[in-house]
Amino acid sequence: MNARISHLFGAVVVALVALIAMTTYWQVWARGSLEARQSNVRLVYRDLEIDRGAILTADGVVLADSVPGRLDGRDVFLRRYPEKGLAAQLVGYSSLLAGRAGLERSLDPELTGSTSDLAGVRNAFDRMRGDTVRGDDVVLRLVAAAQQTAMDRLREAGSAGSVVVLDPSNGGVLVMASTPTFDPNDGLAEALDAPGSPLLNRATQGLYPPGSTFKVVTAASALDNGVVEVSTEFPGGDCIETGGQELCNFNGEDPGEHDFGYALVHSVNTTMATVGIELGEERLEATMADFGFFRRIPWDYPADQNLASGIYNRRGNQVPPDANVDEARLAIGQERLLSTPLQMALVAAAVANGGQVVQPQAVQEVRAPDGSVTRRPQAVFLGRAMTTETAGELRLLMQQVVDEGTGAAADVEGLDVAGKTGTAETGEEGLNDAWFIGFAPASAPRYAIAVLVERTGGTGGDVAAPIAADVLRALSGS
Amino acid sequence: MNALLRLPARNRELALIALALLITTAGFAAVQIARAEALSWSPLIAAALFAAAYLAAHVALRLYLPDADPYVLPITAVLAAIGLIEIHRIAPDLARDQGLWIALGLALFTAVAIAFRDIRRLESLRYTCGALAVALLLVTIIVGTEVNGARLWIRVAGLQIQPGEFAKILLVVFLAGYLRERREVLAAPARRVLGIGIPALRHALPLLILAGAALVLLVAMNDLGSSLLLFVIALAMIYVATGRLLYVGAGLGLFALGGLAALQIAPQVQTRIDGWLDPWSDEQGACCYQIAQSIYTIADGGVTGAGFGRGLILNDAGGTIIPYAQTDFIFSVIANEMGLAGAAAVILLYLLLAWRGFRIATQADDGFSKLLASGLAVAVAFQAFVIVGGVVRLLPLTGLTLPFVSYGGSSVTANFAIAALLLCISQRANRERG
Repeated sequence: MNARISHLFGAVVVALVALIAMTTYWQVWARGSLEARQSNVRLVYRDLEIDRGAILTADGVVLADSVPGRLDGRDVFLRRYPEKGLAAQLVGYSSLLAGRAGLERSLDPELTGSTSDLAGVRNAFDRMRGDTVRGDDVVLRLVAAAQQTAMDRLREAGSAGSVVVLDPSNGGVLVMASTPTFDPNDGLAEALDAPGSPLLNRATQGLYPPGSTFKVVTAASALDNGVVEVSTEFPGGDCIETGGQELCNFNGEDPGEHDFGYALVHSVNTTMATVGIELGEERLEATMADFGFFRRIPWDYPADQNLASGIYNRRGNQVPPDANVDEARLAIGQERLLSTPLQMALVAAAVANGGQVVQPQAVQEVRAPDGSVTRRPQAVFLGRAMTTETAGELRLLMQQVVDEGTGAAADVEGLDVAGKTGTAETGEEGLNDAWFIGFAPASAPRYAIAVLVERTGGTGGDVAAPIAADVLRALSGS
Repeated sequence: MNALLRLPARNRELALIALALLITTAGFAAVQIARAEALSWSPLIAAALFAAAYLAAHVALRLYLPDADPYVLPITAVLAAIGLIEIHRIAPDLARDQGLWIALGLALFTAVAIAFRDIRRLESLRYTCGALAVALLLVTIIVGTEVNGARLWIRVAGLQIQPGEFAKILLVVFLAGYLRERREVLAAPARRVLGIGIPALRHALPLLILAGAALVLLVAMNDLGSSLLLFVIALAMIYVATGRLLYVGAGLGLFALGGLAALQIAPQVQTRIDGWLDPWSDEQGACCYQIAQSIYTIADGGVTGAGFGRGLILNDAGGTIIPYAQTDFIFSVIANEMGLAGAAAVILLYLLLAWRGFRIATQADDGFSKLLASGLAVAVAFQAFVIVGGVVRLLPLTGLTLPFVSYGGSSVTANFAIAALLLCISQRANRERG
């Protein structure tokens, strides 16, 4: 029997040595790659030893800060979000449960003081001395009061939606609201699979047919390319035929003989579609690209939380430009064209800015723990989408939209608002995506706005324009 | 070193136990310093209790088993000490319980050592042991409570007891007695079918019933680990008794079939398999959370480890990042805080323990003792293999305890009984060799 007992011992040796080999694999071989995995919550745990910087609004409201606590026998800093759901998708979260998202992710190097400049050296010294490493505070351009108004009004509208306000001169994100929202303090687990996807930042990740708001892009392209002038005359009629299908005006109305300016102000589908055909797909898509369509908008927000606006196929994949679409329908914001609210705010900002497309900026300044400013981003312009003349013409037309057209509800006493409404059918009977884009004051714009309300019974003029008015009122203090 | 080796067996044992106690004290001190918490009496009491219990067990050996192997008890001391320190590091309250159970385990150790100092006494109880083992398992199935889908526990007077841990030992005793009795007839085939020798049915029947029962248990208890352990122990003992690999092969084939059946019946088994094959597919999901966190925890330790009390084990809610860190995943915690050096040392301690067990088996001069010692050695070594294999993702995860190390009264006391039985066999062999 002794020989067989030896065999058994041999088997035990093999088994236990295999355990040591496997343990060695994890602890030596795979250690580095495992440590770098974003899903490894240990990354977040480790950073808890850093006094992560606060995130504040331009008007001094604390959106995120760190408070001392204890974790597994050591002093740590735990993240708090005093304003709960106010700007939850923009700010994001730094959580032991779900990792990081939003600005908490993209600004992580500054918030943890691990940027590769002087701050890094300073922190290395702190660490050596055993002192607490303090991250930098980030002041956003966000205006808390206006953000609150936007959230309140979206919530009152009932369905999901988004409001984006940019400062056209520097791209500053003054408002970025998305409903439904969530509480990043203790509502994350619930929000992960809640109905209505509250974690989704509808401003950057929500794709909607832009409807008539897109006519601003079509008009810019047509005027710039000399296809039409504001005064070019068009015949009346309720419908035209294109692509073998009827394309009609809203409610089948016949505007009678009118000029191109009238067609934009009163959103005449037939005329804009006719212009689109004349313009052609290539030229229209070139203008779209100048406005920022077809790619993720670059700004200080995680790239994967930005979706590109553009033409999507039925499977939800983006179709590259020049894919032989129906330019007549594209010109009036249909043809499976989908846009984010942020993209449409950029369109409004470009008109407001004399044609220049500005890059959105969330950050106003970054402050070191001693209060000194370590970074104050400069305005970045992505390019020109139209000539200054065209922008001036569009401005006048968009003023008329609010003065006498579909955007009347966006009017704010003493603030000369210019804009364009949109009402896109969702394919479900009686449910539209309601839009308003615009800027104010029209003569010297300080705000460029996009409002979207998902799946509502009303039109852009009824539902989205009044929200824009309230948010602009909150911003201008009038 | 030579002087140490020349000491009589029991003195050598005492010196090694003293070394283990030194490790215990240093470990507790390291945890307290690392965690910068106010010095409290509870770990000191636990350490003192630990020392006293080991010294008492050592004295009992001097009196009753003077010639027994001097390494088994110190090996258990180091393993139990590492477990106790890590459990204290996870939750001091649990360490108090564990200290108590180690003391209780050593009391059982002493009782077994005295009762069976003549191991032949146990051989005559083989059928009683077999019946008791079956009864314990039946009771578990009938009145057991489910924990995480596995039915392994019964409640007695407010305590949760895992009868399977004790049934395992009783089964080994039964098998050792039964196989010694029948091993000739089992080894010599009664007839040949297709050139393969088949033993007479009446001799093989009890083994077939046993195999069937283990498979029933597998499904009834919904626990792949325990049934695999019982099955492998039985197959190893049958191999030692008969030398016939056919039985081993047939047994493993039978178990594989049973496992496939369990896969169909119990969704929990499928979940474990999924987590084993690809833990990264759904790291937050039921399949993978535990195993993924276990791997992160192990990898985090590196070669030298974070140090006692310095690893990242607890979460912000005060619980452990890996669920069941003090029981199923204690090895991951050890690998984190003691590094590869410590983790390998722990595995080598099991290898050492298995080596002493098999050595005792080869030195014994009767079949029952040989089979018993082999079975017990396999029981400890294979249990360590299955649970550690699970947490390092060599095998699918199962809910077994790490012998002497994991938190749990049944596991700790049962393993001390195994150590005592090994020493009883060793005493007889060494005394007769003179």
